[in-house]
Amino acid sequence: MTQVQDEQELQAQFDAVVARHDRIEPRDWMPEGYRKTLVRQIAQHAHSEIIGMQPEGNWVTRAPSLRRKATLLAKVQDEAGHGLYLYSACETLGVSRAELTELLIEGKQKYSSIFNYPTLSYADVGTIGWLVDGAAIANQVPLCRTSYGPYGRAMIRICKEESFHQRQGFELLMTMMRGTDAQRAMVQESVDRFWWPALMMFGPPDDASPNTAQSMAWGIKRDTNDELRQKFVDMTVPQAERLGVTLPDPAIAWNEDRGHYDFGEPDWEEFAAVVRGEGPCNAQRIAHRRRAHEDGAWVREAASAFAAQQSAQQSAQQQEVSA
Amino acid sequence: MSAVRGEWPLWEVFVRGKRGLNHVHVGSLHAADAEMAVRNARDVYTRRNEGVSIWVVKASDVTASSPDEKDPLFAPAGDKVYRHPTFYDVPADVPHM
Ligand SMILES: [Fe+2]
Ligand SMILES: [Fe+2]
Repeated sequence: MTQVQDEQELQAQFDAVVARHDRIEPRDWMPEGYRKTLVRQIAQHAHSEIIGMQPEGNWVTRAPSLRRKATLLAKVQDEAGHGLYLYSACETLGVSRAELTELLIEGKQKYSSIFNYPTLSYADVGTIGWLVDGAAIANQVPLCRTSYGPYGRAMIRICKEESFHQRQGFELLMTMMRGTDAQRAMVQESVDRFWWPALMMFGPPDDASPNTAQSMAWGIKRDTNDELRQKFVDMTVPQAERLGVTLPDPAIAWNEDRGHYDFGEPDWEEFAAVVRGEGPCNAQRIAHRRRAHEDGAWVREAASAFAAQQSAQQSAQQQEVSA
Repeated sequence: MSAVRGEWPLWEVFVRGKRGLNHVHVGSLHAADAEMAVRNARDVYTRRNEGVSIWVVKASDVTASSPDEKDPLFAPAGDKVYRHPTFYDVPADVPHM
């Protein structure tokens, strides 16, 4: 009886915090569904940053100049950092890092479908910076105000770093567009491949996204998938014009009445297939992550053994001193 | 034995942004020992000169007040409005106050 009452009171306190747009912190009481949703979303987000290193990391050794190489290396290193901020936020919800890694390499948790597409040319490094990091920014800026404190704080750090990612990508593409016909064709070909997958990064359309309403009620999400997708298109179309590339969607047109760009419907069948694991690189990405994790096992164990030995020596010395 | 096979412990990271400021909590990370935690913290949390000094503390060594923001621990401060400057009436025309 009192337990039910307590729970109702706790729920009311929680609701009040969310209603006044305040933050929930790790040791607060929270509904189990809220915790589960956050674990799933933050983990998926962290995994995306980590897996997201692969398509670009692929090109580090083949960068066309030292400047591009230093840039790409710094960008990929940032993505590793983003993954770590997010894993650390996720751990405040009572899951362990080891568990999360396991769930990823067992294929039991997802990551963004965009990283299951291959990077076929150096122009892809530019396109990813421009479109993929651009879409990530559109997704992430509102998440800085998410109701869960550690998640919001991680997003603030990440957003500060993302603008470098997008700008270096756009600059790379602009440089190529000022180059030869062959280079311009490379950029166009790359944009053709990445445009639709970038739009899919916002997730299924609102009428096929049953969890959105609850997530918004909890203050985890601040905008719907379709709202964010529209925002991204509105920001990107003028950039494409400035760049001189054609976005591969004949339906793109300014709509005076709506005050937005109209655009076509992504191929949701393809999206579903990639999410199911049937994208061009799903198996490769996970296999690579698993290999890196397993190859690193001896390093983790050796470092633990060394730490244990050091602290044993230290306490032995301390005993000697006090004896 | 299980310590060797198990996960590296969790460390809380505090960074002093610049001279004259306090160390501020920025997040956490895993490391086998304190020295590695400091090095990893440099790479994870200060890639763009965000700090001039780093502290790391084993998360298990942190003692916290009770979880709730309405913790009775903070209640004694609640009714002591006289600790704030605005509690005191001073005419607006008194200079420099
Ligand atoms: Fe990122
Ligand atoms: Fe990024």
